[in-house]
Amino acid sequence: MASGFRTFHVRNDVCGSKNNMDLTQLGLYDQAIIVFAALVLFTSFIMLAQARVIPLIYTFAWQGALLAVVTALVALVSNHPHLYISAALTVALKVFLIPWLLYRLAVRLNIRHDAETIKHPSLLLLGGAGLVIFSYYVALPIVRLSGLATRNTIAVSVAVVLVGMLLMIARKKAVAQVIGFMSIENGLFFSAVVSTYGMPLIVELGVAFDVLVAAILFGVFFFHMRESFDTLDVDQLNRLSEARETILSHEEAGAASSEERP
Amino acid sequence: MTLLEVTLLAPLLGSVLLTFVGHRPIGGWINVSTCAVTFGASLLMALNVFAHGPTLSSGKLFYIDAFNVYLVALTAFVGLSTAIFSRPYMQHEVERGRLTDRRLRLYHSMYQGFLFAMLLALSTNNVGILWVAMEGATLTTVLLVSLYRTPESIEAAWKYFILCGVGIAQALFGTVLVYFAAEQKLGAARDDTLLWTVLHANAAGLDPAVLSLAWVFLLVGYGTKVGLVPLHNWLPDAHSEGPTPMSAVLSGLLLNVALYALVRFKMLVDASLNTNLAGYMMMGFGLLSFTVASLFLHRQHDIKRMFSYSSIEHMGLMTYAFGLGGPLATFGALLHMTVHSLTKSAIFITVGHASQIAGTQRIDKIRGLIRTQPAVGWGLLIGTIAIAGFPPFGVFTSEFLLLTATMKSSPWLAVPLLMGFGIAFAGLFRHLHPMVYGDPPAGQKPVRANMLPVMLHLALVLWLGLSIPSFLARWFEQATVLISGSSLL
Repeated sequence: MASGFRTFHVRNDVCGSKNNMDLTQLGLYDQAIIVFAALVLFTSFIMLAQARVIPLIYTFAWQGALLAVVTALVALVSNHPHLYISAALTVALKVFLIPWLLYRLAVRLNIRHDAETIKHPSLLLLGGAGLVIFSYYVALPIVRLSGLATRNTIAVSVAVVLVGMLLMIARKKAVAQVIGFMSIENGLFFSAVVSTYGMPLIVELGVAFDVLVAAILFGVFFFHMRESFDTLDVDQLNRLSEARETILSHEEAGAASSEERP
Repeated sequence: MTLLEVTLLAPLLGSVLLTFVGHRPIGGWINVSTCAVTFGASLLMALNVFAHGPTLSSGKLFYIDAFNVYLVALTAFVGLSTAIFSRPYMQHEVERGRLTDRRLRLYHSMYQGFLFAMLLALSTNNVGILWVAMEGATLTTVLLVSLYRTPESIEAAWKYFILCGVGIAQALFGTVLVYFAAEQKLGAARDDTLLWTVLHANAAGLDPAVLSLAWVFLLVGYGTKVGLVPLHNWLPDAHSEGPTPMSAVLSGLLLNVALYALVRFKMLVDASLNTNLAGYMMMGFGLLSFTVASLFLHRQHDIKRMFSYSSIEHMGLMTYAFGLGGPLATFGALLHMTVHSLTKSAIFITVGHASQIAGTQRIDKIRGLIRTQPAVGWGLLIGTIAIAGFPPFGVFTSEFLLLTATMKSSPWLAVPLLMGFGIAFAGLFRHLHPMVYGDPPAGQKPVRANMLPVMLHLALVLWLGLSIPSFLARWFEQATVLISGSSLL
C-alpha cells in the first residue's frame, strides 16, 4: 500500500508541484474529500448499470448528496465560506427538487416500473472504466499546475462528466437521458469546486437557474413525447433524417396526396 | 439609466409583460415596440462606443467594445424586423388553427426572452455569465421549436435540447479551465478573475497547456451552437420545424452569438499559446462544415431545411475566416456576419410566406410563386441570389475578401473554397428555379404578406455590396484591430 502511494510522491516531485504532498500525509478532511469524491464517481457507475427508473432517480439524488458533502468539506478545508452556499444549493436542487420532479413525472406518466434492457452491461462498465483512465490523462496538465489540496480529485470530476455522457449515449429512455444530462452538470459543478474552489457565486447561481429551468422543460417534454409518440423511448424519434425524407418524397411523388406537412 | 440598461431591460420586461398579454392582438404590437426600443437604445449605444471607445459598466459586469456593440445593434435590428414580420404571420397561423392562445403567449414571451439572453451574452464581461446566457438562449427557444406540437417538431426540439445542452456543457468545462488557469496566474483572492477584460489583459501569462485543453472543450461546446459539422445535426431540424420567425432569428442571430463567444476565447488562447493552434482548428472545422453543408444542399426536400444547411455553410465560412486570422480575413468575416444575418433572416421571412401560400414546406409542392404573388417570388429569388454570393450584393463582397485573404496566406485552400461556392450555388438554384418560375397549382392564392422587412434587409445588403458607408467601415475596422491586432484600412 505504502509503496503505491510512494509513486505518487515521486511523481509530485518530478512535476515540481508547489507543496510537496503525499496522500498519507493529508489531513483527515482532505482524505475524506477524496473518499467522498470516489463515492460520487461510484454513483455514476451505479447509474450506468441501473435499468429501472425509480432506483435511477434515487441514485441521482445520492450523487447530489455526496457532491454536497464534498463541497461542504472543501469549504471547510479551504476556508471558502461561499462554497457552503453552493453546497446548500446543491442539496436543494439536486437532492430534493430535481429528483422529486422526476419522481413525480415517473408516477404521473406511469413509468415507475419500467425497466429497459441494457445491452452489454459489462462492456458499458468497462467503457466507463476506460473513460476514468482517460480523464486522468486529460487532467494531467491541470493537476501538474494546481497547488490545491483537492487536485487529486480533478480527474474524478472529469470522469463524472464523461461517464454521464456515456450514460446518455447508451440509454434509450428519455428519463435516463435526462439523468445523464443532470449528472454531466454534477460533474461540471464538481470540477469547478475541486479545481478552483467553485466559480464566482453569480455564475453558480446562473448555472443553477439554468439547470432548474432545464429540468422543468424536460418534464414538459415528457408529456409532449408521450402525447405524440405514445412512448418515452427516444429510439422512436426517428422521423427527421435525411434518408427518411428521401423515401417520403418518393412515396409522395407516387401518390398524388397533398398531405400538409407543418 | 444607461443605454445598456435600456437595451437589456426592454426585452426582459417585455418578456414578463407578454407572459400575461401575449395572446391578445396587442401582444404582437408590444413585441414590435419592445424591439423598437431595444434597437433604438442599441443604436445610440453603438454611436457612443464609436465616438468614445470601449466602455466598462460600473460593476465591471458589462463590457462594450467595437466588436460586440455592432453585434448588439445587428441583433436588435434583426429582432425588430422579424418582430414586424411575425405579428401578421403568427396571426395567420392562429387563424389556420395551428396555434392556441396559450402557445401564442408562450411564443411572444419567449421571443423577447431569447433576445434578452442573446443581448446579455453579447454585452456581458463575465465569461461565466456568457455561458449562462448561451444556455438561456437554448432554454428559451427549445419550446418554440416544438410550438406546433407535431411529432416532428417535438423530435426536433428534443434533439436541439439534448445536443445543445450536452454540447454547451463542454463549454462550461472549458470556462472552468480558463478560470483555473487565470487563478493560477492572478491568485485566488481576486473576485474579478472571470472577467473577460481581466483575462484578456493577462492572457499572455495563462498556462498554455491548460488553455489549449480549455480551447478544445470550448470549441466543441460553442461550436455545437454555431452548427459546425459534425456537431450540426440539431440545426436543420430545429430550423425547419419551428415557426418561421424563430428560424429567422435562430439562423440570423443565435449562430452569430455562439461564434462571437468562440472568437472571444480564441483571442485569449492565441495570446497565451503564441501559436495558431486555435486558428488552425477553427479553419479545419469551418472548412469541413462549409464543404459538407454545400453538398447537403443538393439533397434537401424541405425548403427551410435547405436554407438551414445554407446557414451551416456560411457559419463554416465565417469560422474558417476567423481562424485564418489577419486583418483582411477578420474584416471579411465581420462583414460576412452582418450580411449573412440580414440576408438569411430576409430569406426565412420570405420562405415563411411562401410556405403559407403553398400550404407546405416541401420544395416539390411549392410552385409558381412569382405568378401567384410576385412580391414573395421576387423576394425569394433576390434573396437566394444574394445568399449565393452574386455581385453586387454584400455577400459577394465579403466572400471576395475572404477569398483574397486565403489567396494571400494559404493559396491551396482557395481550391476547396471556390468549389464549395460553386456547389452551394448549384444546390440552391436547382431547387429555386421551379419554385419561383414553375406553374402554380390550381387554386393557389396569395396571402397577406408584409415584405417591408425583406426589402429593407435586401436593400441594406445591396448597399453594403455597392459601397460600405465610411462610418461602418471604420466601425468594422475598430473591431478588426481588436480581434486581429492589426489594422486593415
